[in-house]
Amino acid sequence: MSSLIWIALGVPAVGAAVAGALRRAAWTRFVPLAAAATLLGCGAALVAATRAGGALVTGGGLLRVDTLSAWFLTSVGAVALVAVWGGTPTRAQRRVIGGQGWFWALMSAFLAAMTLALVADNLGLVWVAIEATTIATAFLVGYGTERQSLEAAWKYVVLGSVGVAVAFLGIVVIYAASVAGGQPTLSWLALADPATALDPAMLKMGAGLAVLGFATKAGLAPLHSWLPDAHSQAPAPVSGLMSGVLLSVALYAILRVQVIADRVLGPDLLRGLLLTGGLLSLAVTAFLVLTQRDFKRLLAYSSIEHLGLLALAAAAGGELALAALLLHVLGHGLVKASMFVVAGRILHAEATHEIGEVAGLLRRRPDLGIPFLAGGAALLGFPPFVTFFTEVAILLALWQRGLGWAAAAALALLLLVFAGIARHLLAMTVGPADAVAHPVLPGHAGALEGSADVPARVRDVPIVLALGVAAVLAFAAPPLAGVLTDAVAALAGGR
Amino acid sequence: MSHDLAAQLIALTTGLLLLTAVQQLWLRSVLGSVALLVVQGAALAGLVATIAVAEQEWEALAMAVVILALKAGFLPWALARTATLTRVHDGLDPGARPASGLLLAVLLTTVAYVVSQPLIGPNPTDAARAVPVGIALVLLGFLILLTRHIAVSQLVGFLVLDNGIAATGFLVSGGLPLTTEIGVLFDVLLVVLILRVLTVRMVRLTGGTSLPELRELRD
Repeated sequence: MSSLIWIALGVPAVGAAVAGALRRAAWTRFVPLAAAATLLGCGAALVAATRAGGALVTGGGLLRVDTLSAWFLTSVGAVALVAVWGGTPTRAQRRVIGGQGWFWALMSAFLAAMTLALVADNLGLVWVAIEATTIATAFLVGYGTERQSLEAAWKYVVLGSVGVAVAFLGIVVIYAASVAGGQPTLSWLALADPATALDPAMLKMGAGLAVLGFATKAGLAPLHSWLPDAHSQAPAPVSGLMSGVLLSVALYAILRVQVIADRVLGPDLLRGLLLTGGLLSLAVTAFLVLTQRDFKRLLAYSSIEHLGLLALAAAAGGELALAALLLHVLGHGLVKASMFVVAGRILHAEATHEIGEVAGLLRRRPDLGIPFLAGGAALLGFPPFVTFFTEVAILLALWQRGLGWAAAAALALLLLVFAGIARHLLAMTVGPADAVAHPVLPGHAGALEGSADVPARVRDVPIVLALGVAAVLAFAAPPLAGVLTDAVAALAGGR
Repeated sequence: MSHDLAAQLIALTTGLLLLTAVQQLWLRSVLGSVALLVVQGAALAGLVATIAVAEQEWEALAMAVVILALKAGFLPWALARTATLTRVHDGLDPGARPASGLLLAVLLTTVAYVVSQPLIGPNPTDAARAVPVGIALVLLGFLILLTRHIAVSQLVGFLVLDNGIAATGFLVSGGLPLTTEIGVLFDVLLVVLILRVLTVRMVRLTGGTSLPELRELRD
């Protein structure tokens, strides 16, 4: 069964190498699609395998998959499938961009790096993998030929790398804490084991730095300034993947560090950090969406909001909050990837990023307006979408922890976010249809986005599936309950 | 290696690390601060080699050679080439403020000594006593990164920060396992190369490498 781990790692990595080598071949665009499908299949199989027989270990102990990492892997696969399939470029777009092999090679490398971050049982290796996601996505963010793409890519690489460098300093100090305790190790499992002695003073500093660093990569405020630029400038499938799952992969690293810190230092240190980051993220979103003019930036800010909510769930801890967190990661990922794909098509059709220049989509372009409005409702947490139930569960969990003030503050900020985003979404979809279509500029970042030359129904399948799953996921929660409970138990060192 | 010699070598190399970082903060010349990276990289390699020999960890000695080649050789060479290729106008960074920079360097080094107390512990070794230098390098690297305007100078800041983290790692725990260290070095190498490509693209798009000119994305 542990061969599944190697397949999940190998297919995207080999795919990246092949797409890079044969970059002139048109079929290379199917490589990330195959990689995403492999991740989804392997993830689901690993969830079943780890629930039946416990964690799988391979690669001399460096790789280990428990139900938690398998759940995240499944989410990455599902979201990647939506982003890559939905974002397939048209023949005309392919002609403008030219040899796209590199693009698909980097996409596959990006998937391989995220997989490694999830299956590694070694803090150092996780760090290398998370930094590799920055490296793989640097040119994807800067794919456009304009100044804005360059600016976004520069900020993304510098701030991302510096943030992750801070996390590395934290990891170095955590390692030193284990050296001081007499058992040098970087394994999650060993560090979370009560039998491993760790120097508390060193661990306090190390865990704080590691969480601060990974929080930069997760886009939590006040370390979020790179995120709206990078996610709005990248081509649609890349934005979808970055917003949908890359942020959650960074959060996964935070969750693992939290277990180690809580064991030795008690929950207060990281709870304080995560509460601050979570509430600040909600506040930043609440105020900045009000004046937002670019619809891709609007979606990027919504990601900061959702990561803020996830940070609050992590701060609350306990079975309810963590199960809600896991369900929210999948639900938000699916919806956000669909929204970025649809936003890419809107950008292509209307040739503008501006919210004010797009109106009446429901009437003029129902093929774009309906999914955009439905996805928007899911992002805002309307029932029956899973985000409604998970948001309620997170607020409830905060309340039960005696953090009623945080729950109240989060609720108030969520209402502000709701008002801000809903206003823009309605203006774009329901507002009067007097917008004029603009020509698409060659070389524009949007040139890679938009409608594909595959039949319309085929390219709409992933969007309909993703939004459909997000709508019924909460009702599938009872059968999923066992999986979620096992994943939460795995975090504490169980399965 | 005798205990005294090891202690002296650690003092010498960490001293050089701190001195070069402060000088980089003080210098306005872009190529000058790139040249200082060579000395800094060599000092870091020397520090790693000293710890390796003193603690008889031969894996770390191999690491010292890799660090010397990469941080005192290839990376500064790549940055110098980028600076020459992109013809930084008069070779000076307008973001450098020598006087206030030095003042801040003193302040940050003091902060580094205060915050690294938990890492030093009650019975420190010679190496552990020098940990604040690593932390100071991290903070000074941050400051360079934050204040400089020219792309290559920001890259220098990034590398100083990275040198600081590497020095801290070797001083507190004799370094991470070799596989991790190599993975980390490889990542840093790729990040610098990517930023180098972006710098060249910046010259093509804007005619310069001044970062304050790239300010179109904001809310």
